Amino acid sequence: MKFGVIIFPGSNCDHDAYYTVRAVLEQPVTFLWHESHDLENCDVVIVPGGFAYGDYLRTGAIARFSPVMESVARFAAGGGLVMGICNGFQILCEAGLLPGALLRNAGLKYISKPVQVRVESADTPFTNACRKGEVLTIPIGHMEGNYFCDEPTLQALQREERIVFRYVENPNGSLDNIAGISNPGRNVLGMMPHPERASEALLGSSEGFKVFQSLLGAAVAR
Amino acid sequence: MKAYVYVTLKKTVLDPQGKTIQGALRKLGYKGVDDVRQGKFFEIMLDGGLDRTAAEAEIARIAREVLTNPVIEEFRYSLEE
Amino acid sequence: MPSSPDILQAITPDLIQEHGLSTEEYQRILKWLGREPTITELGIFSVMWSEHCSYKSSRVHLKRLPTHSRRVVQGPGENAGIIDIGDGWACAFKIESHNHPSFIEPFQGAATGVGGILRDIFTMGARPVAIMDSLRFGPITSGADQATIRRNHSILDGVVSGIASYGNCFGVPNVGGETKFEPCYSQNPLVNAFALGLVRRDEIYYARAAGEGNPVIYVGAKTGRDGIHGCTMASEEFSEASEEKRPNVQVGDPFLEKLLLEACLEAMRTGAVVGIQDMGAAGLTCSTCEMGGRGNVGIEIELDRVPQRETGMTPYEIMLSESQERMLLVAEKGREDEVFRVFEKWGLDAVIVGRVTPDSKMRVLEHGRVVAEIPNAALTDDAPLYRRPMERWKPPVEREMPASIRLGQTSDLTANLKRLLASSNICCKRWVHEQYDSMVQINTVQGPGREAGVIRVKGTKRGLAMALDGNGRWCWLDPRLGAMHAVAESARKVACTGATPVAATNCLNFGNPEKPQIMWQFAQVIDGMTRACEELEIPITGGNVSFYNETLGEGIYPTPVVGVVGVIDEVEKTASFEFRGPGRSVVLLRGAEPGDATDAEAEFGSSEYAKEIFGAVWGFPPALELEKEAALQKCIVELIQQGLAESAHDCSDGGLAVALAESAFLNGVGARIELVSSGLAPEFLLFGEDASRILISCAREHVGRIQKLGVECGIAADVLGETVPENIEILVDGRPVVAAAVAELKQAWAGALERALRVEAAEEVAPSVLERS
Repeated sequence: MKFGVIIFPGSNCDHDAYYTVRAVLEQPVTFLWHESHDLENCDVVIVPGGFAYGDYLRTGAIARFSPVMESVARFAAGGGLVMGICNGFQILCEAGLLPGALLRNAGLKYISKPVQVRVESADTPFTNACRKGEVLTIPIGHMEGNYFCDEPTLQALQREERIVFRYVENPNGSLDNIAGISNPGRNVLGMMPHPERASEALLGSSEGFKVFQSLLGAAVAR
Repeated sequence: MKAYVYVTLKKTVLDPQGKTIQGALRKLGYKGVDDVRQGKFFEIMLDGGLDRTAAEAEIARIAREVLTNPVIEEFRYSLEE
Repeated sequence: MPSSPDILQAITPDLIQEHGLSTEEYQRILKWLGREPTITELGIFSVMWSEHCSYKSSRVHLKRLPTHSRRVVQGPGENAGIIDIGDGWACAFKIESHNHPSFIEPFQGAATGVGGILRDIFTMGARPVAIMDSLRFGPITSGADQATIRRNHSILDGVVSGIASYGNCFGVPNVGGETKFEPCYSQNPLVNAFALGLVRRDEIYYARAAGEGNPVIYVGAKTGRDGIHGCTMASEEFSEASEEKRPNVQVGDPFLEKLLLEACLEAMRTGAVVGIQDMGAAGLTCSTCEMGGRGNVGIEIELDRVPQRETGMTPYEIMLSESQERMLLVAEKGREDEVFRVFEKWGLDAVIVGRVTPDSKMRVLEHGRVVAEIPNAALTDDAPLYRRPMERWKPPVEREMPASIRLGQTSDLTANLKRLLASSNICCKRWVHEQYDSMVQINTVQGPGREAGVIRVKGTKRGLAMALDGNGRWCWLDPRLGAMHAVAESARKVACTGATPVAATNCLNFGNPEKPQIMWQFAQVIDGMTRACEELEIPITGGNVSFYNETLGEGIYPTPVVGVVGVIDEVEKTASFEFRGPGRSVVLLRGAEPGDATDAEAEFGSSEYAKEIFGAVWGFPPALELEKEAALQKCIVELIQQGLAESAHDCSDGGLAVALAESAFLNGVGARIELVSSGLAPEFLLFGEDASRILISCAREHVGRIQKLGVECGIAADVLGETVPENIEILVDGRPVVAAAVAELKQAWAGALERALRVEAAEEVAPSVLERS
């Protein structure tokens, strides 16, 4: 199963996602440059964390215009697996691949700490190795993680069980404690916590690794 | 020609920065403040290649497509010769 | 010979004085040039001969520090020091102050401090993998008037936000550091930023120009009028007017710096780069003459080619600008395009601004006319050097314990422990470090709030540990002994993770060196540091001196901050400070025998307890036997590597009781320990800050082996008691003196900073919901 990790100017968790796939999951992985349309036949595209374009206009606002994102949109429309982590989640929202937007944290400060998230839907290619209701400890690190969407969108997310992760204790004011959501096709995931930061016991938790393991399971199932 | 674009969070979206500023103003004893909304302000210098109507249309497009996220933000703009 | 209209500006005595140059210094300039300088040249001399760039007052003393060991690849004199860490890897690290800018504009001052130290690391070819900060502010709870406290809050908030904003965006984890509060830092906060990077041993780059005719390339941000005379500002005392110096403060762009990092490392990989230096203090001036000076060549630059953000900038302004995120590099002639392609890929400006010449001079042209021409040596190696007068100084305190202090009587020691845990120097600094990304790059094995930061080195089994430590109050009481403690404690913290301390960097924060007492403090600190570094075998590979930390004649405590780096061969074996569970033995490793009651009384006056509970300072810092300290550190490293110690906590601020409480907090595992008074008051036993002590926990069956190893190392390993669920109990001679639930103590400690700043603790933030209208 081949993974691609996008590099935008200002991405800074690109190497982390790359390392986790290559060294921990032991799967082939390549970097995808933002100016290229070529997704190099990847089975999974990871939109990594960081500060694409400095987040200077809005988080993710400029990155969504990159050539690579046109290809990602097509790839996702065809059922391709796309995972946005942190800044990647923000970019996927800006690009319209996921609904809603991420606002400034309610406390107005950057928050970096491990948090508990509950798996609300195990019925996705990103969580099929988890049990529904399982609680995972995964670090967050963001200034804009306060999920927001309008009421009809929220109802749709709830009804279709597309809220994939909820915070056990809300750290940032996020609507309905949302930590991660999927698109209607369930092949696009956006999550604020960083599963690649919790994929090795040496770093304090390996519970985030289940997200990567799920992707392998999804490939087998296909 | 110069365009000014103001971007703020929609009224329906909580603005924690605005609320914090409002709270600070109250604590500091400033009177008569009912609400504070914060936002972004852009000054765009135009190169003169567009007439006023075309420039307005282009600025509106820039504001809608790039400077704001319609899920959370709204904008207004003005042009100056 | 300069021939620009620049020369038309007359050099008056007033102008010379405004540039911070003395009459003697101006005479030296005339001698070097054999003529009057142009205004641009005057500006160049002024910044290069400022204390900040020339180290003119400190150099004679700094020479005494040990700088070599078998691991040292690069000592002081480059952008950063470098040590060999094995497996073909080396690490570059350094600490630098950004005190003055952080007082004037806390957010940008601190942010650009982080930016500057990161550039120092990656210009050497090293990818920054960790940062830490040593921060000192004025009081935030009491001990000053309300206006001062409010201002201290806002400086703290600005500095922390600035560091967070820069480091988080750049993508480097913040893995530790310290945040301390003392009244002397109200007008002079200290912001010392440390960074560490990894580089292959054979891929190190130096800030050295070479090769006549090689192109000199300017990369990064455009030059604006920011920060002109920033380093002369760093070499002056503050006055009321300093607040108006705001335009001098540079604004940082961490996004651009991230691009610069990737582009520089990629450009280096092409092999077409000969040498590279960042433009920090004194900007284009400093990088031009220093790179030429180190390579024994000259550099000629044409200012018309320098990318400029503002119009109408004069040569003077361009040469002295401190705009951030800029680099100067020398490329191999004919291979410029390889370098340009990389910078273009990352969307950055890269332009040839000059070339390497054979004549060891820095030559600056504008429109083809020379506006400055100065021998490199005049600006670098042969800059003025002063042996400033020194005068022994005694702090205005009693050396014996005041008669009014009553110990061992009716005081409630549990309540006092709580007060101490909630004090701003000891309380939990979560509010600070949760604003910093501590996990990015997925190497962080131990992050902020621990004894030391520990990161793994990917692709190897190794890890690196690092800690920052300083104690201004101790150095104020006894600068030589205080400096020894700074080295010993920083190294001890590193050793408590199981890593062997191998090298250090220092940031020396002092008052006005033209005052003989200040100069004496400085010399004493260097003596103490030299002694400790030699005894503990930790060479100093670089650092920074910050003088003139005075406002209206009020100076700071002499505050040397030491950053120690340690290597651990198997990072999996690292230890942390928290008790893992009940039923373990609690053992105190002790290098030296405790002193008698007279020593204890005199030394207690330098403790956090004396300051916090009695509001008094007296006496001396604790005695320190460096041989014993070295033995203790070797012993703890051995114990951890053999897997005998489960946890290790340095006993320092707040003494044994605080170390015990902090060991208990993380897992909520308490302890019951018994102490023998030997005639000492319980306050001394619980809160005394005797040096060379480490509190460990271990499986009961390991006690024998630990004590045996202790004997071999020449240190004591006394079993004090054992870990228990939920409570902390301390008995002295069989009588309980402290008894409390861990949760109760933790509550005092955990939210104290938030309470002082009157901010809601993170978990209390209410979820924002739709404001349904």
